[in-house]
Amino acid sequence: MEWETVIGLEIHVQLATKSKIFSTSKTTFGAEANTQANAVDLAMPGTLPVLNEQALRYAIMFGLAINSPINKRSIFDRKNYFYPDLPKGYQTTQMDEPIVGAGVVEIQLKNGEYKDIRIHHAHLEEDAGKSLHEGLGVMNHGFSGIDLNRAGTPLIEIVSEPDMRNSEEAVAFARKIHAIVTSLGISDGEMSQGSMRFDVNVSVRLKGQKEYGTRTETKNLNSFKFMEEAIALEVERQIDILEDGGNIAQETRLYNADNKTARSMRSKEEANDYRYFPCPDLLPVEIDESYLKAIAAELPELPDARQARFIATYGLSDYDASSLSGDRHVAAFFESATNTCDDAKLVANWINGDISAKINAADSKISNITQSPVSAEDLAGLINRIKDNTISGKIAKQVFDCMWNEEGDADKVIAAKGLKQVSDSGALDVLVADVVASNPEQVDNYRKSEPDKRKKMIGFFVGQIMKASKGQANPGLVNSLLLKKLDE
Amino acid sequence: MHNKSLTELSNGLATNEFSSVELTQHYLDRIHRLDKVYNSFITVTAELAITQAKAADKRISDGQQSPLCGIPLAHKDIFCTEGVKTSCGSKMLDNFVPPYNATVIENFNAAGAVTLGKTNMDEFAMGSSNESSFYGAVKNPWDINCVPGGSSGGSAAAVAAQLTPAATGTDTGGSIRQPAALCGITGLKPTYGRVSRYGMIAFASSLDQGGPMTRSAEDAALLLDVMAGFDEKDSTSMVKDVPDYKSTLNDKLDGLTIGLPKEFLGDGLAPEIEKAVEIAIKEYEALGATLKEISLPNTELAIPCYYIIAPSEASANLSRFDGVRYGHRCENPKDLFDLYTRTREEGFGDEVKRRILVGSYALSAGFYDAYYKKAQQIRRLIKNDFVEAFKNVDVIMGPTVPNPAFKLGEKSNDPVSMYLEDIYTISTNLAGLPGMSIPAGFTAQKPAGLQLIGDYFSEGKLLNIAHRFQQATDWHKQCPPEPSMQKPSTGQEG
Repeated sequence: MEWETVIGLEIHVQLATKSKIFSTSKTTFGAEANTQANAVDLAMPGTLPVLNEQALRYAIMFGLAINSPINKRSIFDRKNYFYPDLPKGYQTTQMDEPIVGAGVVEIQLKNGEYKDIRIHHAHLEEDAGKSLHEGLGVMNHGFSGIDLNRAGTPLIEIVSEPDMRNSEEAVAFARKIHAIVTSLGISDGEMSQGSMRFDVNVSVRLKGQKEYGTRTETKNLNSFKFMEEAIALEVERQIDILEDGGNIAQETRLYNADNKTARSMRSKEEANDYRYFPCPDLLPVEIDESYLKAIAAELPELPDARQARFIATYGLSDYDASSLSGDRHVAAFFESATNTCDDAKLVANWINGDISAKINAADSKISNITQSPVSAEDLAGLINRIKDNTISGKIAKQVFDCMWNEEGDADKVIAAKGLKQVSDSGALDVLVADVVASNPEQVDNYRKSEPDKRKKMIGFFVGQIMKASKGQANPGLVNSLLLKKLDE
Repeated sequence: MHNKSLTELSNGLATNEFSSVELTQHYLDRIHRLDKVYNSFITVTAELAITQAKAADKRISDGQQSPLCGIPLAHKDIFCTEGVKTSCGSKMLDNFVPPYNATVIENFNAAGAVTLGKTNMDEFAMGSSNESSFYGAVKNPWDINCVPGGSSGGSAAAVAAQLTPAATGTDTGGSIRQPAALCGITGLKPTYGRVSRYGMIAFASSLDQGGPMTRSAEDAALLLDVMAGFDEKDSTSMVKDVPDYKSTLNDKLDGLTIGLPKEFLGDGLAPEIEKAVEIAIKEYEALGATLKEISLPNTELAIPCYYIIAPSEASANLSRFDGVRYGHRCENPKDLFDLYTRTREEGFGDEVKRRILVGSYALSAGFYDAYYKKAQQIRRLIKNDFVEAFKNVDVIMGPTVPNPAFKLGEKSNDPVSMYLEDIYTISTNLAGLPGMSIPAGFTAQKPAGLQLIGDYFSEGKLLNIAHRFQQATDWHKQCPPEPSMQKPSTGQEG
């Protein structure tokens, strides 16, 4: 039997506002537990919510970015359930009348094809606090702690249609949303801090079947990798059950990234009746055209537009442009370096190559390019030294490593380590003569060969000379001196 | 001293006839002596009151007096008071001391008013008799065998018994006006959004509104002046200037058109109350007003509509009382579920539980459309009735309550008959309109209330209409006899 996977995503994005969605508490990540929770966040009696306008603006920016209609009137609802990290006993969210209506996001797949993923809607809501179940037990008497610092952090929840057919598409969609929200500057996109979390709805059906299969929802995945793993696991589980003649239970599941397993959290029957109703403490949000126009006018450049511009302005390949335009900090780094050294292709190679490798290395101390110890200007400086033949591309990697270790800019490292390329033909002549003299057999072979074979053979001599010069010989000059010598 | 109006008290302070400390002590003594009988206070803040009174005296001697500076007041125990227990009449909050003030309290503090204490109330403002209070029933100063009304029964009784010159209350379905009527005082529920709800413990957020409970319209104008205004902490408070309520009190009533809703008279209304209302209306005719019969056709839907919307909102508003962060927590919970259920089982009284159940049911999947959504549609119809009516009349008048104060215990086992006490007041809350109750005579020594309902933000007009009546009558000046003069009925202790 051939199966088709159907995937829909709900993406929670923390908005990068300074204060919470309904209170004046700060939202800084990593503060001591409960130091960023005031009377409103604690749901003290009589306290009331006041909508943070910045959160509203950010949600609107997202809607405009995906060309969704912004609802002129949207409503906050109460979603009622009891949990200790939900102080009011209800979450303030948007149900029937969300701020952002339906939209479309285009994703690019690895085979170069494009696909549209429809967005059902996006709504504003507040995050819950955190329950801490570990390390608080007194004599193992199972105490739990509650940290309300996160309670009330603004979120937008982006709900897709079930338009994805495999995990590659799901990840590409998630990455695209990440690129959009970070480009807009409405979220820091720090996955490790929970700034983006995914709920994945997965079902399978026989190829060609029209109706969807019964779906499960795997909640709270906080990396692209975990999402990919969880989808693979769930698809396999569902197919196994169906092929054994079983039925899929509609349920909520939890994925454990440590041991790569998932378990059922609650079944449909156990699902809460959330008793949604409009929050009487918050008036309907009314938005007029001029407000929207003002926000639209200040909308920063989006990933797709930037990619197109990078191709047109800098002559980058589709691949380079795509990888540099998704993250607005990477894009800014690229443009800043390119404007200083005027070689977009080289800058792109360095960012996608060495810098990206350093950031993603297992022992990396940094998580994004804004923290790079090599600034855009420094990278441009290094590239300029390659272009003016002060150093070779190979030596440049050595210089870059020193720069990454904060030993100074390119010029300082080159001077300190004596890595300047040797372009003095007198000095190189000696080296060339040495190598030619000490390899008579190879010289003989070379001279006997046809010219098209010679091209390959000359590499041996260049290598010997570079070795002798510790990589500092100017490869172009070596080449021409060698040709002259061997043709003598 | 306790027979003086707020203006007279303020003048007395200004002219050094007495100090705020003396005045405050006078009321504290009265509370000490008389409130054993009435039970109108949950907490008396004697020490705080004297401290505030001293500060007020200093302000006055420094020439910084404002109308309420140095005037003692009592606040319904629903308004959060920093450092002072705020129980909302519930065991659930018996140990709750807020670290913040309600905006209304902040405003009074800024005006230099003195807080005598926190008044008794129905638990979480749910009730019309004050019998659902964790702190016991309040006695009606006019007849200590009768209820004072509710939920602001403590404030009403304290003002009527002159244990405080004035008090605050809150009104969700009549909780200022009904006890005001039953205790023979003046009570004003402002337009929804006129007074900040911040720090006022929520019962039904779309209906709750704080307001003054006083001995006269003139006093009410002084309190409302301080209470009203936009508050950035309350999104539902209105950005609208607060007029000088005192300046329009004496406006003439010539040409005033009074609407008399036919649905407010007749069936279910005690004849002696109807009589009192008729006499009061005649007085208005004498003052230059003309009468017009009107119809509010959806009046009979107000109570069922209210008893869906208010409990629905309450069911969510009261979810925060879970034993986790503050308030009552059960002993030795086995697990989380046990913590929640036992805490709430122990912390809430029957009426509160009843309303949480009703509200949760009305909001449940499958019932929402039939109950909550339908009730919201009816709410719009009720509002439209008033909007139509105010195209033709300036004010609507009728009885505040259908019956005079009833006996303690008489209706406590019959919630529906208790709910019917609010039949004339509830529609005002559903429409968000301002409403007022003023004393309009007596029926067998028990006060009767005349209700005034105004158009949106017409508090100034209502106060003016009430004040002119009080210039022409002296119902509002009547005082109940001291409790020693009253005999408790058999089987009850005084």
